[in-house]
Order: sequence, then C-alpha cells, then structure tokens
Amino acid sequence: MSRRVHPALWIWLAAGFAFLYVPIVSLIIFSFNESKLVTVWSGFSTRWYGALLQNDQILSAAGLSVRIGLISASLAVVLGTLVAVVLARFGMFRGRALLSGLATAPLVMPEVITGLSLLLLFVALEQAIGWPSGRSALTIIIAHTTFAMAYVAVVVQSRLTGMDPAIEEAAMDLGARPSKVFFVITLPLISPALVSGFLLAFTLSLDDLVLASFVSGPGATTLPMVIYSKVRLGLSPEINALATLMVAVVGAGVVIAGVILNRAEKARQRDEQMALAGDEAPPLR
Amino acid sequence: MHDKKPETLVIEPWRDPTAKPYISLSHVTKRFGNFTAVNEVSLDVFRQELFCLLGGSGCGKSTLLRMLAGFEEPTSGQIFIDGQDMAGIPPYRRPVNMMFQSYALFPHMSVEDNVAFGLKQDATPRREIRERVAAMLALVKLSAFSRRKPHQLSGGQRQRVALARSLIKEPKLLLLDEPLGALDRKLRESTQYELMNLQDKLGVTFIVVTHDQEEAMMLASRIGVMNLGHIVQVGTPTEIYEFPTSRFVADFIGSVNMFAGQVTAEGSHFVRIAAPDAGCTIFIDHGVAAPPNAQLWVALRPEKINISREPPANPAENCTQGVVDGIAYMGDMSVFHVKLDTGRMVNVTRANLIRHAEDTLTWDDRVWLHWHPASGVVLTI
Amino acid sequence: MMRPPPLPLGDRLASGAGLGGRLLVNLAPVRVALNLLARIPLSGRDCVIALPYLWLTLFFMLPFVIVLKISFADQLIAQPPYSALFDWATQGYLTIKLNLGNYLFLASDPLYLNAYLKSVQIAFISALICLFIAYPMAYALARADAAWRGVLLMLVVLPFWTSFLLRVYAWIGLLNNNGIINNLLMGLGIIDQPIVMMRTNFAVYLGIVYAYLPFMLLPLYSSLEKMDLTLLEAAEDLGCLPFKAFLTITLPLSLPGIVAGFSLVFIPSLGEFVIPDLLGGSETLMIGKVLWDEFFSNRAWPIASAVATAMLSLVLGIMVFQQWLEKRAEAGR
Repeated sequence: MSRRVHPALWIWLAAGFAFLYVPIVSLIIFSFNESKLVTVWSGFSTRWYGALLQNDQILSAAGLSVRIGLISASLAVVLGTLVAVVLARFGMFRGRALLSGLATAPLVMPEVITGLSLLLLFVALEQAIGWPSGRSALTIIIAHTTFAMAYVAVVVQSRLTGMDPAIEEAAMDLGARPSKVFFVITLPLISPALVSGFLLAFTLSLDDLVLASFVSGPGATTLPMVIYSKVRLGLSPEINALATLMVAVVGAGVVIAGVILNRAEKARQRDEQMALAGDEAPPLR
Repeated sequence: MHDKKPETLVIEPWRDPTAKPYISLSHVTKRFGNFTAVNEVSLDVFRQELFCLLGGSGCGKSTLLRMLAGFEEPTSGQIFIDGQDMAGIPPYRRPVNMMFQSYALFPHMSVEDNVAFGLKQDATPRREIRERVAAMLALVKLSAFSRRKPHQLSGGQRQRVALARSLIKEPKLLLLDEPLGALDRKLRESTQYELMNLQDKLGVTFIVVTHDQEEAMMLASRIGVMNLGHIVQVGTPTEIYEFPTSRFVADFIGSVNMFAGQVTAEGSHFVRIAAPDAGCTIFIDHGVAAPPNAQLWVALRPEKINISREPPANPAENCTQGVVDGIAYMGDMSVFHVKLDTGRMVNVTRANLIRHAEDTLTWDDRVWLHWHPASGVVLTI
Repeated sequence: MMRPPPLPLGDRLASGAGLGGRLLVNLAPVRVALNLLARIPLSGRDCVIALPYLWLTLFFMLPFVIVLKISFADQLIAQPPYSALFDWATQGYLTIKLNLGNYLFLASDPLYLNAYLKSVQIAFISALICLFIAYPMAYALARADAAWRGVLLMLVVLPFWTSFLLRVYAWIGLLNNNGIINNLLMGLGIIDQPIVMMRTNFAVYLGIVYAYLPFMLLPLYSSLEKMDLTLLEAAEDLGCLPFKAFLTITLPLSLPGIVAGFSLVFIPSLGEFVIPDLLGGSETLMIGKVLWDEFFSNRAWPIASAVATAMLSLVLGIMVFQQWLEKRAEAGR
C-alpha cells in the first residue's frame, strides 16, 4: 500500500542516498586515476590494481584476515546459536539474566574497552598459566568470536522466537527426543538465520581494526591494520583499488543474494496462490 | 444368563457403572505462578469416544489438552491412559498424538515426509513406512499431493496432512486442538463429517478442544463444558442443551431466556414458580429438589416458546403477553424480540414454514407467548 | 518446553565405556571419581548452557575484572608495565594495595574530563543530526512503491557490508585541502582559498553521521513501515489536516524507532576511535582516542584501564537509563 508522499521527500531521499554513495563512488573513480595524487584526475589507468596485486604485505594480510574471519565466524555461529537456543527455548534457569546480559553486552561495548580488557586478560593468563603464549592470530580469533557471537545470538534468537513453537512440539509429540528435534526440525528452520549470522560475523571480523590492534602480536597483521597504517601516512591509490575490489565483491554478493531471495519469494507466492485457487473444489451452486 | 458378555460395543459406556474408563483424570490441577489454569478436574473418557472439551478462551481447555500430550506436567493430580500413570513421561514416549491448531506442519518437508516423521522415530522398516504412509494419504485423499511442500497446499489440504500425520502411529488417544478453527465455513461442515467417519473407521479415541458450540454438538459423543478451569458439566449434546445443570451452561450453549423466581407451590409431580419478570406463574410438570422460597431460575429456550396474536386455549399458566419490538429475519427462521408487559425483553424464534405468509407478525403487534409445562428448565445455581 | 530427565554425566561415562573402560571403572579411585561425577546432575541440557556461559565468563566478564584490578595498580617500567595488586608478604598474609592515584590523576587533569564531556556532546549532536536526516528518508522509504522498496533498502544496507575503515578513508580524499571538494569549488571559481575541513570537529561530525546513518534509518523505517495506514485515513476522515495527522499519529507511533535509532547511533559513537583519529584534529578529544593514545603511545596501562573503567560506567549508566525509559514506556501503554 503506498500513500501520497510530498515530492520534497523524494528529493530528500535522493540527497540522502547521494550522501551515502558519493564517497564510495569517488573512491572507485580515483582508483582508476593515472596519477599517484588521489584527488586530481589525470587519466584512466588500471596500474594501481597491478600494484595492489604485487603488494605482498596487503595480500598476506588479506589472506590472514579471511582465515581469521572464517574460523571466528564459524565459532561465533556455534556459540551464538547455543546462546540463542538457551535463551529462547530453555525457559527459566538460574543465571539466565546474567547470560542474556553477557550475550548482548558486546553489542554496546565500545571496541576500545573490549580490546583493552581482552589484551589485559591474555597478558594475565600468560603470566598465570602460560597460555596463550604471546599474541597471535589465535588471540584475534578469540576476540572476534566473543564479539561476533553476540550478533549471531541476536539474529538467531529473533528467528527462534518468531517460529511457531507448535512445530517443535509436534515433532516431540511424534516421538522425537529433544536433541533429535533440534537437529531435524529446529536447525533446518533457522538455517537462514545461521547463514546471515555467519556472514555478519565474517564481515565484522574482516572489518575490525580496534580489537585486532589490541590483541594481535608481531606476526599477525590483519588487513584493516595494514590499511590503517597506510592511511595514517596519507592517501594511497592502492587503497582505492583495494576498496573498489571489496565494494565490487560485496555489491555483487548482495545483489545476487537479493535476486535469489526475490525469486524464491515470488515462487513461493505463486505456489500459495495456485494452492488456494486450483485445488479447493469450487463451492456447489 | 450373564455368563457371556456381549461382543458388541456398548453404545453409551458412561452409563455402565462397571465400564473401565480408557482415559482417566483425577483431581488434576495446573497452576502457572498465581494463576490456576486447570482446577481439580476429574474426568473419565471411554474407548472410541469422541469427547469435546468446550469453553471460551482462557477456560483451561488447551492446558488440559497439553497435559494429556505431556507438554505440561500437572501441578497436582494424576492422569491415566489405558491404566498407565502418565506422570513424568515425556511427550515423545506417550501413546498419544496431537493435531495442532496451527497444524504445525514441518515447512521444510514434503507431505510424505511429514506423515512419515512419526514412524521414522520408531525405527520402523522403510518398506512398512512407505506402505503405511501411502495408505494413510489415500485415506485422507491426498495421494496426489505427496511430494508437495506444506506451503503449496490449501488450508483444507494442510488440515488433512496434519490429521494424517497425527494418526499414522495409531495412537491410543488423538488430541485435536481446534481442528476446524482455521477453515472457512463451507469447508468446515464437510470436514466435520469426514472427521467423524474417520474416527468411526479407525476406532481411535478422540479428545477435541473447541470454542465452537456448533462444532462440539455435531462431533461429540459427549461434551465437557469448561469454565474458569473447572469442568462444569459433562454430558451428551442433548443433555447439555436440554438439561443444563447451571445457568452458566444454559447461557453458554445456545440462547436462552432466564427468569428469576421462587417456588410458590410444589408436589411430587409439579412445581409452580412465581417469576415477576415473566408476568405469569410458571408451571413445571416435574418435581424440583429445592427448598421452598429458595431463589431459583427458569431457563426457556427461544424455540420452545409459541408466539401468536390469538390467546392460547388455557391462558392461566405459562402464558404472558407483550409487543413485538424487533424482528431478525434469518432465512430458515425469524427471531422476535418481544417486550413483555413487565418491561422484560424475551427472544422467541419461529421457523419460517411458509414461503410467503399472508399473516406474518410485524412490529408493534400485540402477541401472546406460551409454552409447554415440560419446556422450562429449573436451575438452582 | 519439556525438561528432559537429567542423565548424570558420570552414569553416561560409566555405561558408555567399553571393556577397557569397565576395567578402569573397577579401579577404586576411578570409581570414586565417577560416583562423584554421577552426583552432579549434569544433563545434556546443562552442558548446552555451560559452554557459552564459560566462554563469555572467561573472555568477556573476567577481562573487565582485570581492567578494574589494573586500574588500581602502579605504573612500572617493566613487562607488563604495572605493579601487582595482591602480594603475599613475607609474613605469609595477603596484602592488597589499592592505588587510587590513577583515578585522582584522571580527575585532576582537565584533558580527561574534557574528552569525556566532548565525547558525549559529539555523540549526542551526531545522533540528533542523523535523526534529522534519516526521518524524512525513512518516511519516504516506508511509503515508497513496494517494488522499489526492496531495492532502496538494499542500497541502505549495502554500505554496512563494506569496510568501515575504507568508508571513513573516502572522506579524507573528499575533505583534504587539496581534496575533491576543494578542487571542485576552486575549479568552479566559487572560492579561491581551500576551505579547511580535514582535522576539524566538522569532519568528525560528518564522519560519524555518515557512518552511522544506516543505523538510524533502519529502525525508523521498520517502525514507520509497519504502521497501520488506515489510522491516518481515519484521522483525515475525522477532519484532521495531513500535517496535524503526522504530528499526532505518525510521530508518536514511530517513537520506539526514534529511541532505538538514537541509541544505536549514540552509544557506539561515544567510544568511537577510527573517525576522530583519521578525520579529527588536535581539538577533537574523544575518550576512545584518549584511551588508545594512553595505551599505545604512552604505554600507560594503569591509566588506560582507569579511563576504560570511567568509560564503562558511562556506557552502563546510559544503558540503565535506557532500560528505565523502556520500562516507563511499557507501563504507560
């Protein structure tokens, strides 16, 4: 249902989108700039993409970031789903309020605090029990998992509470034990939430500068850390090229996902209409 | 003479004091915090019955059903199914299946897999599963739809899948939570008959929860009327309608005109009640176990009152006068709202026997109302 | 939901053990241990609860305890650079040295108080600007044609998935003295001197508003979108002018979205580090950046911990206030 909207609002909306996209578009345009000066156009070139692909520092950092992202997103999905299931399905138990608080706190906690406190924990643990020995990719994974599982928990929990509880009860009524109900019924039904939780966790990990800066060690430099150190030194067309590639990958991913979801939704609507129109015997008379 | 028990099924086992109940609830109470959802319910249901729990929303009927299924444990009291105490037995080990109000079909499984789900849990051989599922789908006339997903089905088809799924394990007891609630009116009528036929054919004991009195009257062998966590009356549909034992039941089932009054004269075969509202003495042709001068009520169903312009033969008793205040034409019958001379409004229905009657009653007509001495139901609570 | 009967873990271990296991079970100490385990009614359900609980306690709650502890410690030139708080003295009893010096230092140096207040100010004003920009956008989005709405929403969400750091970086190119905006304006002859925008408070506001605008847009959109439009028709039917209907119907009904969006912008921008660091100048003092500098540049771990504790109490205070607001809103319903 749409309603008459004042034309000024459409202009406002367009201006808003311009505000959101002008910086990104300018990044992309100047990634194809010939000159090293990022802000003065001097002709089309793809030389910075070539330079980017020669830059071992950026490439190895990107590889490390992807690996950390995959591992911590997987861990975060497992732990976040456990939190969501416990909060949404286990009813009341002692310590439920604390768990709910602990699970949502990382969402509002400033990253500098989380980063500092985790680093101090790792230092204290190393002093006390010798583990983890030094900071490395492992400590970054732990930090990212802790941070991202809160997001996964929120996404999965909202899916669980939106589900008809009778579906799980029906499975139990037909003889499935609770663990079987979870794996055969609940898990497939919340799988879209698990996928979006994973993607969210992966993106958060890939994007994180602050936590990684605190808890990483000498050997483990992630992509945002490299970008940050380059950006602090000034503008660099290689970074523009990198940004363009990332926007292209993410944009393509989002568009493809959008098209797939849209198709599935349309097919579903068509099915439902056919079910309603075709199969009911027309009323007599 | 009595050495051989008859093989045929007793038609009304609840009338037989020696009959053993199949499902038995004894003093079952369920509390949620301070709220008592089900209060001291004792109830016997017999094999192959189709028992309806009827009541408004929040009366405790669904909680009772969930306790039978095992989703809730009673706070106190016991539940026996086929002689076995159900305390502490989880839903997945009970010989009971349930058809949910929302149907609760597994959206990611086909019709076939939905129906087979229960059998798979018991490690039934694959071939047997296939055969039984096919037979069950044939029974509910869904064989052509076995590969479809739930969202590709119409409401009536989904309802039949849910029914098939809950019957596949041949449960001792099938619980149905508002089984027809989500269907539209036309479909509901035909499905009611299908449900009754199926129950007859399979011989499974049904307990149905509903808020729809028509549905309950039509389906049930017996009805249990619930209010505020109590079962207030158990009886056949006829008993519930014609012989309510309380004002609540009389008022809840169908519509009724209720007159407050006091006994003025009584004998073993009659009682006279002075009902100031009614504008006449009400004569009842049977005795009433009530102390004289006690406050009681007479319930009169609208269809049991005659309405005419002419005075009846004996206008001394069970006869009063008023003016037609409003008419609701319902097609098969008309409802007359009559304002008695006492000021009280009374509803009277009359079947529209003739298509175009010359002499129909109309607004502001002065009318006589009278009824048979057997029509009034005397209620003390 | 039904609670399954707890199966003691010890029982399961005992019953699941094979032949070798059975031999082991017969050894006295093992049997005693298994018996003890069996006493603890640790069901599968308890294990499911315990796992995330342990993780969050170890990696989220414990760290704050340590931060609190170190904020009371002395600065040392050592590795790690702080003194121990608990000390087993030679006499054999525990001595605890609480050093309030770090907090006194925070209170005495105006730098910290200023950073604290300035963070609140910047976060609050940025959230207000976001609200001002986003509300009309969300309104237009919510009333847009259904076919377009999906695409437009995707455009709102898209920046979420691209690097935050790179989006902030993009503004450096735009705002620099020889950046795109200044070049454009000078090229058009509107100005002949570059406007100084980089490393100012303006740039920080701009960066925060830009980065957090989608966080304001989405909750506003969802509360406006699910509004029943017949309410407006009813109001107009009863003689209410459209603008008045907006003020008396739409605005109050979108209040939950406004509150949600506001806190989604306000709280994270309070502790923001990247934006003030990359776009702000020496005049921009934000608490997140102060903490970072104390830690990385000055290696003052105890001071950084004290700053973190102060910041934490600010965040907690805001969350308590927000909960109170929500409770009041619910009670009023």
